[in-house]
Amino acid sequence: MAQIRIHNVRKEFGAFTAVQSSSFTVEDGEFFMLLGPSGCGKTTTLRMMAGLELPTSGEIYIDGEEVGMKPASQRDIAFVFQMFALYPHMNVRKNISYPLLSQGMPRAEARARVEEVARILKIEGILDRPVGGLSGGDRQRVALGRAIVRRPKAFFMDEPLGALDAEFREHMAEELRALHDRIGATTVYVTHDQLEAMQMGDKIVVMNHGVVEQFGKPQDIYDWPATKFVAKFIGSPAMNFFDFDGMIGIGSDAIELSGHRVSVPLSRQGASGKLTMGVRPEHIRFSDASAYRGRVLATEYLGTTQIVTMATPNGEIKARTPAKQSVTPGEVIGLEFDPQTLTVFDGVRGQALLSEANERVLRHD
Amino acid sequence: MSSYSVTEPSARQKWAAGTLVVIYALITILPLLWIIATSFKSPSDAIAYPPKTLFEPTLEGYVNLFTTRTRATEQDLKELGEPKTWYDRIVRKDGFIIAGPSRFLERFSNSMIIGFGSTVLCIVLGTAAAYAFSRFKVPLKDDLLFFILSTRMMPPIAVAIPIFLMFRSLGLNDTHAGMILLYTAVNLSLAVWLLKGFIDEIPIEYEEAALIDGYTRFQAFYKVVLPQAMTGIASTAIFCLIFAWNEYAFAVLLTSGTAQTAPPFIPTIIGVGGQDWPAVAAGATLFLVPVMIFTIVLRKHLLRGITFGAVRK
Repeated sequence: MAQIRIHNVRKEFGAFTAVQSSSFTVEDGEFFMLLGPSGCGKTTTLRMMAGLELPTSGEIYIDGEEVGMKPASQRDIAFVFQMFALYPHMNVRKNISYPLLSQGMPRAEARARVEEVARILKIEGILDRPVGGLSGGDRQRVALGRAIVRRPKAFFMDEPLGALDAEFREHMAEELRALHDRIGATTVYVTHDQLEAMQMGDKIVVMNHGVVEQFGKPQDIYDWPATKFVAKFIGSPAMNFFDFDGMIGIGSDAIELSGHRVSVPLSRQGASGKLTMGVRPEHIRFSDASAYRGRVLATEYLGTTQIVTMATPNGEIKARTPAKQSVTPGEVIGLEFDPQTLTVFDGVRGQALLSEANERVLRHD
Repeated sequence: MSSYSVTEPSARQKWAAGTLVVIYALITILPLLWIIATSFKSPSDAIAYPPKTLFEPTLEGYVNLFTTRTRATEQDLKELGEPKTWYDRIVRKDGFIIAGPSRFLERFSNSMIIGFGSTVLCIVLGTAAAYAFSRFKVPLKDDLLFFILSTRMMPPIAVAIPIFLMFRSLGLNDTHAGMILLYTAVNLSLAVWLLKGFIDEIPIEYEEAALIDGYTRFQAFYKVVLPQAMTGIASTAIFCLIFAWNEYAFAVLLTSGTAQTAPPFIPTIIGVGGQDWPAVAAGATLFLVPVMIFTIVLRKHLLRGITFGAVRK
């Protein structure tokens, strides 16, 4: 088990920069998610941690030891591939015992270890089957078995549930999380699915265009996004953006949105020009008392809640309201925002402005 | 209303297709069967007109293939007494005695050495090159691959004279090493391209998994890639062997004695003691056997090779 620290790691493929100077720390025993859209550099980052790619510059520490230039075989880690990469010419037992035999473990001991792992994963029954005929879930379990059998310092997983169908993915996600809680190994998990990341991760790194946009606990990232990209990428429906021209001073607690005063958390940073107010759909309330109004365009019924799409003076937004509240398309409704949940962004650079509410999350020493 | 499927052919279609395949197989296999039949005929049956399909089989052709014979007078035959072996008996029936072994066995083993030698060399070099081209960043990769391919853009025999001169000055004329080198050079481009295709199809994750499992790059290649590539290696080996085995023009040009292969030798049998078609047919029949065995041994891989990449899980 180990802490993993990434320091100023950068990766270039020719003229293309896949990962730009990234730094973050995975604490011992953490289930750590690398999240981002495809092509954001998350897989490259993981592969550098595993030793399948060498960083162009920067350091990678596993358990305090700098391993950036070491081959994968010397890092004592395990990797689960999206397509599982089970050796097709071997049966399940051989697949799982393969990493043990490479270390020169005696066959009897390796056999006992394989049996133990098979028990944990409940795959005792298929040990002597060829991997070719296995179902997706069983393949996934065998791939996990091959990873955990060696008791490595850390597990790296590259979209391990990506190849499974949606129904089964949910189940496997739970199984995976339970397995992690049971063996407590440091796990770094790459995914493009924000729901999966929120659901399973202790901590999330959000990457975009090779840059680490934010890292922290799922709830912190959801509530206090550091950039407009994070705000948009996490949550479904995404955070609403109200673009406006205006200013906000240090210590001010309100902005002017199309002539209406809107309270925001006490600002620690000043800015002017193009700004954006971000608000989660569930933090929008309908109130006849409010002078800020929007026209209902459509409603989407979701059981206990409904998503109401509205046109406002600052663009189209989505609000999540109780399903009981009846609204009809065309109706004009006053909107109120929960002041302690609002984030103001620099409209051009996309950075969140520090406020009383988000500085705890966004100020990293 | 009867149900009707667009994908599943009807019974009649299947029957028609089957018939066509059988007819085609018969047409292609007929000359082969005729050669094999001829090898068991007597010389007079072999040239009988109309051709005989039913005949009394004899091993005369095979005996003639493996021996040299001289004509003996009645007197000589009497002095020698009763023939001691079955092949003596066959030869004496026509008034001959066996003078010694022919060179067929020697030529045949030359073919084996050169054919299998160049195939092995080709596969070793081809697999290594194909793996490198498939997995590593090779500078000028596309140009190199094109260059390799371009060596096949004209028939090899077009460069026969330069090769002949080169071989002569290097002392490679009529040597096993020379012929192995030549056939390897001709086959290598095919091997590299075929094998690269097969190795490209093997997901790189298998090797990465092996690397993470604690194996070195070479071990990963040897233990994971190679078993996966067996299909491609087997089919490539068959192609290489068949070319080297059948090659005639270079063999005629560059070998005459020590390293002469079977293809240029077999026609020379005709000249010995009249037109001995059964002996030629016997030579051709035996000549088929090694390639046939090799193909049958690798047939499982070959079949997979044909459908390789067609089905993706």
